[in-house]
Amino acid sequence: MSDPGPAADPVLGASIIRAVKSAGIATVITVPDITTSDGLLRPISNDGSLRHITVCKEDEGIGISAGLSYAGKRSLILIQNTGFLDSINAIRAVGVEYEMPICLMVGLLGKQAGEAPTEARNYGVRIVEPILDAMGIARALIETENDVALIAPAIEAAYKTSRPTALLIGQSPGAE
Amino acid sequence: MMKRNECLEILADQLSDDAIVVAVYTTAFDWIKIRPSPLNYIFTGAMGLASSHALGLAIGMPERRVVVLDGDGSLLMNMGSLVTIAAQAPKNLIHFVAENGTYEANGGHAIPGAGNADFAGFARAAGYASASEFSELDDFQSGLGSLLQAEGPVFAGLKIEPGPPPEMDYRMMHGAQIRDDFRAALK
Repeated sequence: MSDPGPAADPVLGASIIRAVKSAGIATVITVPDITTSDGLLRPISNDGSLRHITVCKEDEGIGISAGLSYAGKRSLILIQNTGFLDSINAIRAVGVEYEMPICLMVGLLGKQAGEAPTEARNYGVRIVEPILDAMGIARALIETENDVALIAPAIEAAYKTSRPTALLIGQSPGAE
Repeated sequence: MMKRNECLEILADQLSDDAIVVAVYTTAFDWIKIRPSPLNYIFTGAMGLASSHALGLAIGMPERRVVVLDGDGSLLMNMGSLVTIAAQAPKNLIHFVAENGTYEANGGHAIPGAGNADFAGFARAAGYASASEFSELDDFQSGLGSLLQAEGPVFAGLKIEPGPPPEMDYRMMHGAQIRDDFRAALK
């Protein structure tokens, strides 16, 4: 068996935030998620250059993001996989059928680093990728620093093609 | 009790041409006949989301008035949006809720708490800048002007009679053309 080489560094929240900003995101709409709480949500909430909108329930974010996009404003919705599941109808209608650039960043609760989401212990995590695929929504798994390069192109593509995209956070981002 | 059409006609008379109106279901179909405009945003997609779409529009375009014509059944599906809107405090957002106590587009069945739930009270408690309700057309007509000038978020419950749903063209509501027209009208 060949040497797999050194493991990539775990993703840092600061790297994700830089990538998101480089894609023109100025507003982040959130419901707290323990996977992204310390490394991502807390620095976002303290970042004066981002407008942070806290919502009571995740599907509110789908409507807010759609409204912002008509105004030419880019936004990101940062939620947990449970919130994604709760928002399926809104994502279906507004994102998929209305072809709106809904950008989701979804923490996968309890998924182990290096484990495929479809092999996670948590059923609510295992079904995320198959649901996204069934809905035709582009997705990328972000859990190492190498994966950060996927973020900005995914957001740019969402706005260029006016289609939803999902960035799945596969392990807790590190705080700097 | 008022009739929805009568309320909408009064609103259309007093509303500026450049206002964006986010309207839901039966109200939307009545509204687009009374005030045809590409700035009518009737494509909210999922029931309950009108107030959230409106919040995004209001934040994104602070120079425009954004009016929501919500329903009581719709708002019950997104009650948290009252708190979210109050927290964001968009000064340009006016939130009307047609209170007929029924899911008019889905067979006229009663909403939970019909006749008891205090929607203006919910908005007031959530932190809207102002919240009121109207059950008489004369009061609505005389009070509307100041509502439209007030700093938002403003809430107004409209006590209206339930009625038969208007003819509803869902193909048009969910089609791409109306969204394209809205985008073009914003330019």
